[in-house]
Amino acid sequence: MYPRQFDYVAPTSLDEAYGALGDDSKVLAGGMSLIPLMKMRLLSPGTLVDIGRIPGLDAIEDKGDHISIGALVRHSTTAGHPLIAQHAPALAQAAGMTGDVQVRNRGTTCGSLAHVDVAADQPAAVLAHGGVAVVGSASGTREVMADAFCMDTLTADLSPNEILLEIRLPKAGPGEGSAYDKLGRRGGHSDYAVAGVAAWVKMDAGSITDARVAITGVGTKPSLLPEVSQALIGTDGSESAVASAAEHAVDGVTVLEDLYGSVEYKTHLAKVYAKRAIQKAIGSIRA
Amino acid sequence: MTVNGQPVSAEVEPRTLLVHFLREDLRLTGTHVGCETGYCGACTVHVDGEPVKSCTMFAVQADGANVTTIEGIASNGDLHPVQEGFWERHGLQCGYCTPGMIMSSVALLSKNDRPSEEEIRHGIEGNLCRCTGYHNIVQAVQFAAARMRGEEPPAADWEGGE
Repeated sequence: MYPRQFDYVAPTSLDEAYGALGDDSKVLAGGMSLIPLMKMRLLSPGTLVDIGRIPGLDAIEDKGDHISIGALVRHSTTAGHPLIAQHAPALAQAAGMTGDVQVRNRGTTCGSLAHVDVAADQPAAVLAHGGVAVVGSASGTREVMADAFCMDTLTADLSPNEILLEIRLPKAGPGEGSAYDKLGRRGGHSDYAVAGVAAWVKMDAGSITDARVAITGVGTKPSLLPEVSQALIGTDGSESAVASAAEHAVDGVTVLEDLYGSVEYKTHLAKVYAKRAIQKAIGSIRA
Repeated sequence: MTVNGQPVSAEVEPRTLLVHFLREDLRLTGTHVGCETGYCGACTVHVDGEPVKSCTMFAVQADGANVTTIEGIASNGDLHPVQEGFWERHGLQCGYCTPGMIMSSVALLSKNDRPSEEEIRHGIEGNLCRCTGYHNIVQAVQFAAARMRGEEPPAADWEGGE
């Protein structure tokens, strides 16, 4: 199964990459979503700009006030990196549950965010952690909150002449915890999420002072659930408080039926996994 | 790129997938083409030591890389312990998934020399087998793990092992 013909460019600098990008181009990093789409001829870009040979894009770094994940950081690196384990455990867990071993060795965390698959794991964790997308083009860089960056199904706030250069995550402070949990399409944690929830929670003196909860798999895109967060804030994080907040797990979400479940089933799963992820996040603070 | 230790060089169309370059240009047909969509893992090879799906990577992306295929893991005619394990523990029936399954297993054992059954099943989750139900594949990997640690492999379950 061959894609249609295309021109291939392998720049070794960002300036060169920006020069090669145009209306009929796509950026190739890990290619785990792009290449199958091209092989099925759902997508046939005229030019592929392979950023895989540009130095400096493959690092996870502590930048002082935030953690930076570069455009070429693979899922396997995100899953196992000590800085992500420390500052964004939900993202480490989501990256470890993305695809399979071979996919995690090639696919990139930034690519997962830029692709905005309705059932991708890592965007939910990036949203729950309050991540920021740093977008570059020939005219400079701009920062977009990850929630706004994920505009709609398979649609990011990214023009054809732009590259998602990095994801920035706030560093973890005292009393904060996070977790991701999901039901995969092949059961357990395998494959895309039928329903997945990432939760980030901050506690002080036994009560929840801040929270962000994000869902994936059930709706039109990975998205934040402000009603769940509001229901959590001010509570003691007890099982009943979490269960009652999790009842809001599809508030504002257009739940879609697909091969993996009815609207009713996915709504049920969303609440179950919201409860589990929030409880895991709280448990990680108390541990 | 270097394939199984041999430097190779060719001009290819950008859309040439790594698996087709290996099979059609280099005639290394041990790597199989299965589902073509990145699910089945029959096309698994190692690129710079890590298992990847060669049907979901363009050959040009592997320019300069070190590629190992199923043809490259035996040494001087001696089967790799994982190959021996699949042989001894009947880890295959039709054999279609086997090259990819072995490449994933070799990679798993290079990171974890004593994997539990669960870790083996997790380590080969990117490789689908429609014949065996994975049972004997797990035993094959356990056999290889013991052999690579220099220990006597556990008896197969049909021989009274676990």
